[in-house]
Amino acid sequence: MRYRRAGLAKVLACTAVLAAVATACGSGGSGTSSDGKVELTIATFNEFGYEELLKEYEAANPNVKVTQRKTGQAAPHHQNLFTKLGAGSGLADVEAVEEGFLSQVMAKSGQFENLKEIGPSDVREDRWLQWKVDAVTTKDDKLIGYGTDIGPLAMCYRKDMLEAAGLPSDPEGVKALFATWDSYFQAGDTYVQKTGKPWFDSAAQIFNPMHNQAETGYFDRDDKLVIETNTDKKTWDLVTGAVARGQSAKLSAWSPEWQKGFKESAFATKTCPSWMLGVIEGNAGPEHKGKWAVTAAFPGGGGNWGGSYLTVPKQGKNKAEAAKLAAWLTAPEQQIKAFKAKGTFPSQTQALISPELLNQTSEYFGGEKVGLLFSEQANKVAAAQYKGPKDGEIQDNVVSPALTSVEQGTSAEDAWKQVIEGAKKAAK
Amino acid sequence: MTTELSVARGRGAEPRPPRRDDNDDIGSGKLSWRYRLTNLDVKVSPYLYIAPFFILFAVVGLFPLLYTAYISLFEWELGADEQPFIGIDNYTTLLADSQFWNAMVNTFSIFAISTIPQVIIAVLLAALLNTALRGRTGWRMGVLLPYVASLVALTIIFGDLFGVQYGTINNIIEFFGFDRIDWQADRWWSHVAIATMVNWRWTGYNALIVLAAMQAIPRDVYEAAWVDGASKARQFISITLPMLRPTLIFVVVTSTIGGLQIFTEPLLFSPSAGANGGATNQYQTVVLYMYQAGFQSQDLGYASAMAWVLFIVIIAIAGINFLLTRRLASSGEA
Repeated sequence: MRYRRAGLAKVLACTAVLAAVATACGSGGSGTSSDGKVELTIATFNEFGYEELLKEYEAANPNVKVTQRKTGQAAPHHQNLFTKLGAGSGLADVEAVEEGFLSQVMAKSGQFENLKEIGPSDVREDRWLQWKVDAVTTKDDKLIGYGTDIGPLAMCYRKDMLEAAGLPSDPEGVKALFATWDSYFQAGDTYVQKTGKPWFDSAAQIFNPMHNQAETGYFDRDDKLVIETNTDKKTWDLVTGAVARGQSAKLSAWSPEWQKGFKESAFATKTCPSWMLGVIEGNAGPEHKGKWAVTAAFPGGGGNWGGSYLTVPKQGKNKAEAAKLAAWLTAPEQQIKAFKAKGTFPSQTQALISPELLNQTSEYFGGEKVGLLFSEQANKVAAAQYKGPKDGEIQDNVVSPALTSVEQGTSAEDAWKQVIEGAKKAAK
Repeated sequence: MTTELSVARGRGAEPRPPRRDDNDDIGSGKLSWRYRLTNLDVKVSPYLYIAPFFILFAVVGLFPLLYTAYISLFEWELGADEQPFIGIDNYTTLLADSQFWNAMVNTFSIFAISTIPQVIIAVLLAALLNTALRGRTGWRMGVLLPYVASLVALTIIFGDLFGVQYGTINNIIEFFGFDRIDWQADRWWSHVAIATMVNWRWTGYNALIVLAAMQAIPRDVYEAAWVDGASKARQFISITLPMLRPTLIFVVVTSTIGGLQIFTEPLLFSPSAGANGGATNQYQTVVLYMYQAGFQSQDLGYASAMAWVLFIVIIAIAGINFLLTRRLASSGEA
């Protein structure tokens, strides 16, 4: 039924605008070009660092021609992905998927190829960190994406501000502060009492990694909403308690005010995935060089924020060739090159012990060996929490706004009721 | 440019319909073929010439409109394996959805505090621009500048002005000893901030349209009034406003449609550019909620139902405004 309807719509649309945009009505995508080459397309967003690699791949495989479609931001890229999944055509042969949108993609895993079946047989799962693979493996054990990069979490902090509050500030000394969430909030209380200034940027930035460390997320493995019975309420109380004690700077991540907050020294600590270092450097500016530091510790163990996968949608033409390309791009040797080109932190175990990665330092962060540091942090991530189909939506549209509303004056109990209500509505 | 901005005002400008010459009574068969061809040309050609618009409209306007109505009867999730027919369920859910009514109230609130001052200021601004100013063209072009500037750039600037902790306006307010305003958390103030953005952008545009119409008012009417001893204010109320009626109707109706569909400003006013419209949806408009339902929750059926309800509301409000404007700015003409 669905296909007939989609087909009819397409025929209508195409006949009507045939003269104007004839190209859009073709089979939609690649196949074989006139000179007999296999044509592949790969769709990415932001910077994957694949430009040179794709040239290299073409040189090594003269029968293949690869076109890269780049989108500036992740959100429009995924919107395009979901729209064209619905339309049944128009996607690239290889589509990148970001971790934040993965739960939605997993809910539609039937429309992606199982890479265990069509991928090259020499690609084994131990190429990646276990949790990276687990997150993209469906309940019926299909692998629908090859991992590219990750965003292991560490803690970033302002050395000078911690010193001013009489707290330890050397990378080893602060590890005790960032050992558990209890010690983190305790240090926050000390900091607030001594300085009268907030400890972290915003509640959502603390709640999300805490939530992700828990064994059970918003949904259990049967996709039943368990937000009322899992550990989220406890996490909620800890975070909103810290907000009540003045630990939050109440600056929502990515807002202009948040960006300004780095320059204004509005907060002393920041939950810090590997790619956040560049964000801090850009926002805090040269005048804070050497004041920010990062340490190989994260409360409650480890965590991950960000990173992507390469998938092969079923609607493509050359799926085996597409899987071959995706497998090649996500091999450790290639991801190290992408890391050098654009700083995408690799998810492959072999890449994580590569000297090129381990020797990387950051001048802005006091010459810290950040490659080694985040490589350690990547190995601390315990397991991939199971994500239900509406996980991303609950996090972005329900929980995070509710935490903001607490920072704006709503009582924590009322906001929690809002969360339950909103989560139920989203999960419906 | 300065003087002859003309606006269709519906007077004496109607083209006559193509006329058929009934007296042309030729019986010859040879001529008859030609005659029929000419006849056909006269009858059909006009429709052919205007066809491109209507064909395009049908494709990009009418078809989506009807298809949206169709989708709204299904539980249509983007990319799902099946889309079951659920009749008017989406509409009944929608009418019981408190978030939707909240969005509706926000939309009307922002619409009212943007459109009403906007049209009034635009008319007054046009009256000012219509006087003998030095460097008139410069002033007239000046009011259009906010409209030309990129909306995203404007939003960044306004985001800075209306920042809660580091915003310029709050800094000024605090300097004068008042409390800082939470432009984000406070529902009313967030509406004011968004309406300010809308007004900044559209007032000049509307002023220019009104100005063009003002210039088309014959001078002799004013001269006659002046001879009769009417003051400037009296002239404005009794001559300018009634003569502006068709233009005001146009401005009010387009502002209504635009105002009720407000989207970009609240989207970009949100700190993280999310479609929530604030932490408790305090400035989420209907179109923003529609976008969220359709493209974030991927519930296209529900979003389509919302689109149709909004469509009907807009038609109703635009109709009411049309009648009101016609009555308020009434003249003997009608």
